[in-house]
Amino acid sequence: MNYRYIAIRLLQTVPVLFGVSVVVFIIIHSAPGDPVVNMLGIDVTEENVAELREIHGLNEPLYVQYVNWMGGILQGDLGQSLTRERSVTALIAARLPATLFLAVVSMLIAIVIAIPAGIISAVYKGSGSDYAVTVGSLTGISIPNFWLGLILILLFARTYSFLPPGNYVAPSEDPVAALRHVALPAVTVGTAFAALLARQTRSSMLDNLNQEYVKMAKSKGLSSRKIFVRHALKQALLPVITVAGLQFGYLLSATVVVEQVFAWPGMGRLIWSAVQQQDYPTVQGTVLVVATLFVLINLVVDLTYSYLDPRVSVS
Amino acid sequence: MSGESASSGPGGESSEPSDSTREGAANPTGFRRTWRGLRAHPLAIAGLVVVSLVTLVGIVTYFDDAFLENALIKSIYYSPFDPKFAPLQGPSVAHPFGTDTLGRDVLARTIYGAKVSIQVALTAVLVAAALGSPLGVVAGYMGGYVETVVMRTVDVMLGFPALVLAIGLVAALGFNLTNVIIALGIVYVPQFARIARSTALSVSNEEYVDAAKALGYSRPHIVLREVLPNCISPLLVQASLLMAFAIIAEASLSFLGLGVQPPTPTWGQMVSDGSGYLTSAPWISLFPGSAIFVTVLGFNLLGDGLRDALDPRESADRRF
Repeated sequence: MNYRYIAIRLLQTVPVLFGVSVVVFIIIHSAPGDPVVNMLGIDVTEENVAELREIHGLNEPLYVQYVNWMGGILQGDLGQSLTRERSVTALIAARLPATLFLAVVSMLIAIVIAIPAGIISAVYKGSGSDYAVTVGSLTGISIPNFWLGLILILLFARTYSFLPPGNYVAPSEDPVAALRHVALPAVTVGTAFAALLARQTRSSMLDNLNQEYVKMAKSKGLSSRKIFVRHALKQALLPVITVAGLQFGYLLSATVVVEQVFAWPGMGRLIWSAVQQQDYPTVQGTVLVVATLFVLINLVVDLTYSYLDPRVSVS
Repeated sequence: MSGESASSGPGGESSEPSDSTREGAANPTGFRRTWRGLRAHPLAIAGLVVVSLVTLVGIVTYFDDAFLENALIKSIYYSPFDPKFAPLQGPSVAHPFGTDTLGRDVLARTIYGAKVSIQVALTAVLVAAALGSPLGVVAGYMGGYVETVVMRTVDVMLGFPALVLAIGLVAALGFNLTNVIIALGIVYVPQFARIARSTALSVSNEEYVDAAKALGYSRPHIVLREVLPNCISPLLVQASLLMAFAIIAEASLSFLGLGVQPPTPTWGQMVSDGSGYLTSAPWISLFPGSAIFVTVLGFNLLGDGLRDALDPRESADRRF
């Protein structure tokens, strides 16, 4: 285990997270209009506005507001929603499990489909299976996920009642129902992800099948199966893990849109409704949490990669 | 020896006539070489045809809207008080893609949607390329503090899932065409900066850059005339692939109601409008959705073909 690499990667994450928080803060505070006036509506007195600005600390200079916001974040407080009678932290805590459940199931579906498809495509290069995976992959990358979701609803949810069009059920409450409800949204989110992974798996597998050590194994008389599984596959999956991790951000982006199609009560819908209602503290908090998740997942991917391949260095 | 003559790397141009004459057909110019490479991939040509058609439709629609008051493409906006008002009509000769809930012709609106999609995607990618490429090239060539500052900023930008950052930006800027372009342009800057930097790093070690240095050319001259032109190939491939992403991102923002606002038709917004009528009038969502799919597929095929043509290391054998 390369502890120096781990320590440096952890240290590198800190300024990135700081930068992310600054960018989120600047973007949201550059929004035109007064969030307090937006919140109170037209029939409002100056006293009401002043009182609310005081409550939310909006009279302070911008850097003080940032320091206060960061101070709150370090204590787990992301501020107060302007339109709901709840804290942003509570809103996110209620929505995050649904998004993570959707993202994880989507990722699993994608991995289960994409890795075997990519391997078959590489091993039987130029065959009918290779062609089918090629076409499927290009289609998967090009199809807009919200449109695919609608088509799946039209094809399956209206015909087969065992595949409902969304509506989150917590896995802790009823695991079977949870899986039935997540099936269509997860396939929708996972399709493009599976397509990307299949391309990466095929490319990586082809690279490894042409390596010297594979030729050496062949010349030693090892069976094709052993060569694929013991040698080529193990090496080929390393870059696939990296791509899978790096593309988790794509999954989070995709859930924002797909949650809307399937009325999925996750972070995406929270961001969407907060933007519509100009609830800036909620937009700020949710975007920060999603970005932080993304950065941390990338960190975990890097560390996993360094564990699997000790040659990886900081440079 | 002129600065131009030092540019003899990939994609570079030689100012000496004897060189170009000598190279002739055996080593054709960048455009010819790219075209030859593209022709070897029938799918890339199919992509080029789709992209050209959609772009042409977008240009015609732009002129129709800007100068002809929608004379060519009528019934984009339809009044319910019009005597011809016929909502939710299925595909027919009069309305090949049917009509929507307000009796508007879905074909006309799908054609008009091409204008917004191409306009947003093309401008956003151009903005991103114009900002990101010089930043990346300068970072790669200069190194040191400049590189650290640029690349750490890029790292922060890449810390956001693209669509989430775009939503944050349009929420702050407002929902209209210009702001969607600005938001997507900013979101894609890091992609260009990263590729430009890595290419500039390898180009900086080429002999023609050393020759330019030895001849006493200034740093801006070397960056603009020697390094940047030789980074164009990978940036062009990236631009083509990002066009596909930008079209989907614009459509996603419109679908969420956070992009270009009605009554201007956009593909994403049309899919969203039809989502409530999936069983009774599926054509409202189906046709604009197909338009997004075909256009994005076209850009992906073209991007893959360009990559094969411009980067021989990434041969088609290794990818789809």
